[in-house]
Formats: sequence, structure tokens, C-alpha cells
Amino acid sequence: MSASRTVLLGADDVRRAVSRIAHEIVERDRDISHLAIVGIRSRGDVLAQRLRDAIKANEGAEVPLGSLDITLYRDDLTRIGYAPVVHESAIDFSVDDRVVVLVDDVLFTGRTIRAALDALVDYGRPRATRLAVLIDRGHRELPIRADFVGKNVPTKATEDVRVHLVEVDGRDEVELVAKEAVTA
Amino acid sequence: MKWSRRHVLDTDDWSRDEVEAVLETTGAMVEILQRPIRKAPPLRGKTVILFFAEASTRTRVSFELAAKALSADVTNITASGSSVEKGETLYDTVRTLQALGGDIVVMRHASSGAPYFVAERTDAAVINAGDGWHAHPTQGLLDAKTLRDALGDLVGKRIVIVGDVLHSRVARSDINTLVPLGATVTLSGPPTLIPAAWRCGALPAGVDYEADVDRALAEADGVIVLRLQKERQEGGLLPSLREYTRVWGITEDRVAKMRPGAPVMHPGPMNEGVEIDASVAHGARSLVERQVTNGVAVRMALLYLLTGTPSLEDR
Repeated sequence: MSASRTVLLGADDVRRAVSRIAHEIVERDRDISHLAIVGIRSRGDVLAQRLRDAIKANEGAEVPLGSLDITLYRDDLTRIGYAPVVHESAIDFSVDDRVVVLVDDVLFTGRTIRAALDALVDYGRPRATRLAVLIDRGHRELPIRADFVGKNVPTKATEDVRVHLVEVDGRDEVELVAKEAVTA
Repeated sequence: MKWSRRHVLDTDDWSRDEVEAVLETTGAMVEILQRPIRKAPPLRGKTVILFFAEASTRTRVSFELAAKALSADVTNITASGSSVEKGETLYDTVRTLQALGGDIVVMRHASSGAPYFVAERTDAAVINAGDGWHAHPTQGLLDAKTLRDALGDLVGKRIVIVGDVLHSRVARSDINTLVPLGATVTLSGPPTLIPAAWRCGALPAGVDYEADVDRALAEADGVIVLRLQKERQEGGLLPSLREYTRVWGITEDRVAKMRPGAPVMHPGPMNEGVEIDASVAHGARSLVERQVTNGVAVRMALLYLLTGTPSLEDR
């Protein structure tokens, strides 16, 4: 198992990536009074909270934070053979005319982001929607790209990117795992 | 937990995990109903047939709103004005339902067990929206959701159910969901309206019977008041409605015997001034309107969960 695992980002790398993205978000739009951050469950919401905290530390401004569960918007619900449990979304501010930064841990096929864009529309009409991800691993199946990327990682389809975050998993680490090891 | 049920006919064999999965999903559905656009797409292209062979407005409307909020197409078959009134048998109605090709049939029927009959004879998933005296699973689940929201964890909480337990599918379904969540249930009401075995002490686990409603309510964490069907008096089970109201009616004085803030619920429609005082029904402790809102969300949760489970042939 250990032979087929590669650590892509350690705890310090994750911290630096989040910090850099927080700066990039502010540089991109300058007027952060219209900014909002929405994390996609269930690790994007943790990263979103860290970005919100970083922006507050850097700029002294409180940016509204929300979380989104995209299960009901998945395009494979009729194919997976069971109904995955849906968790609660929480966006308790109006997204109308805001610049909404969607946050997810890994950008892969783009299907999750497609679902998140559809879900977000049900909350209103943002002025702009941007995308921040910790890892972009390629293999897109839809015309979607990220505006802010922690690290671009070329991967094989047979590999898996695992993001671990302290709040959920007890440690900050991103690893690349060969699929053979996943099933073993 | 991976949801694997194909039908919701009764909750008497549900695990605690299954009840929890429905409540978790219900929380997500409550949030959808608060969005500017109260609609999500998971049931696009699915047809929900509402087959109500017994009078009901609120449950039917609740299911209809739930199905539409999840983007399903909805069609209604009611007993009056349909061929059921012209003497069509349940078997023929089932064959029609099958030919219509609905994905989910939501049904209410005066005969206990009718949804089982339908579930065995169609490819559709069947949700029991009330069958005779037997079960009303969505009412039990929405009551559990409402009590959870009000009281938090139900472990060790004592909920009183007052009234005509004998004829009440609501009471049975409430017991089936509240007990697995850790609550105990105290039944109270006229001995003629309590099942004989229960009255004599052969009660299900987690349930007890206390004929004196004042003693039942003392230090209780909440009360569910059952609707008193006025026909019961004509059937000789009650001397008079006035006596019922005096001995078992839920008044402000009786509500005050419960723990501070303990909620009052009623499945509706209420006979105000009979089983519940108007001041209690509309008072600060009443969660009746929350029950109605949660009802839509619970039904959304079940419709969503069931459409994910393939029929047996497709597995």
C-alpha cells in the first residue's frame, strides 16, 4: 500500500496554498464588499471557512460564508442504484449581485461544479461566480475551469486524489493513491 | 447509511438508522423550501400518482407540493369522481395504475393493508399515506422531526399521546418512530378507545398506558393530541363528547402540568373545543403549523429516497 502512495501536499503546503488563494481572490475583485464564499460539501466547505478566515485576517473584512450540498443536482442519480443521503445546504444571505467564489477540494470531471452552478442559481443571480480548488487533477468531462488553483497535478485516470483536512480527518495532507491500493 | 427500501408501507420494522436517514434528508428538504426558488431537480422525468381512496386534503396536498418541489410530474386519482365510485375493484385500479406507468404511487385507503396489496402487484414504489387503523408512516416521521427540532435528542424524553388510540393509525406510526429514537410513549384516553391488550398491560416496548390524563401529562416532555372522530359516540364507545372534553380534553391547565415549554401537537384536522381547546391549539406551545411544514419536507425526503431504489427486476 505504501509503495503506491505519494504525498502531493503536506500540512505547510496546504496552509500556503489556502493563504495564496485568499490573496488572489481579493486581488481579483478588489471591492470585497460584494464577495461571498460558498463551499461544496463535504471538504470544500472546510476550505471555504479557512479562506474566509484568511481574508478576515488579511483585510479585516467579514465575508459571508455558505455551504452547498449538490447531491440533488447530480447527473447520475438514476444510474447509481440508490439515493445518497442529502445533507443540508446553508446559504443564509442573498447571492443576488454578489461575486460568489465556489470552493471545492478537487477539480476532476467538472460534474460536481456543474451541479453546484445549477444549485446556486436556485438561490438567486450572482454578479459573477468563480471557482477555487485546492487540487486540479485534469480529466475534465465538461467545459469548466478553475479561477484559483492550489496545485495543478497531472494524474492518471487509475489514480485517486485524497484530500485530508484537520477539521474532518485529523490531519492536513493531500495524497495520490493508485486505484489498485484503493481496492486492496 | 445506504437506503435500500423500495416501499414505505409501515415503519414497524424500521431501524433507528433508517429513521435517522429520513430525518437527515428531511433537514436538507426543509432548507430547499426556504430558498428563493423552492425546487430541486432529482425527480425530473418521474411520475408520482396520488391515489386517495379516502377523504384527505392536507396529506394529499402535502404530497403534491413535495413531489412538485422535487420536479416530479403529479397526477391524482381520487375515489369520488373516479371509476372507484363506479364499483371498480382495488385490483382493477391497480392494473390501471400499472398501465399508467407511474414511478411512485402514494395511496390512502380505508382498508388496512391495501397498500401491501398494491405494492405486490405494481412495478411502482408505494408510499402508504394512511390505511385504515393500521399505519400512517409519514405522519409518524413528521412528528418525530417536529419533536426533534423542539426537544433535541429524544433519548429519555416522554411523549404523551391522548385520545382515540384504538382507531388511530397516527398513534401506531408515532410509536413506531419515536420509540426507536429513544423516547418513551405514554398513552392516555378512554379505556374503550385503547386496544384491549394494551389496556390490560401487554404493551409494546417503550410504551405505557395511564388512564388519568392529568397523571400522564405530569412532567411530560410533549403531548400529541389525537383527533376524536365524532362517529365514535354514535358507536357507543363514548357517553358524550362533553364528557370526553371534560375528562380528556387538552386545556391550558392540563398543558401546564407538563415540563416548562413542552410542546403540543395534533395531526389535524382539529375539533377545537372537543379534544383540544382553541387557546391551546393556537397557543405559544402549539407546533401544529410546524407539523404541516415538516410534513412537506418529510414527504420530499421519502420520494427522493425511494426513486433511488431500483425495482426488484432491475436489480
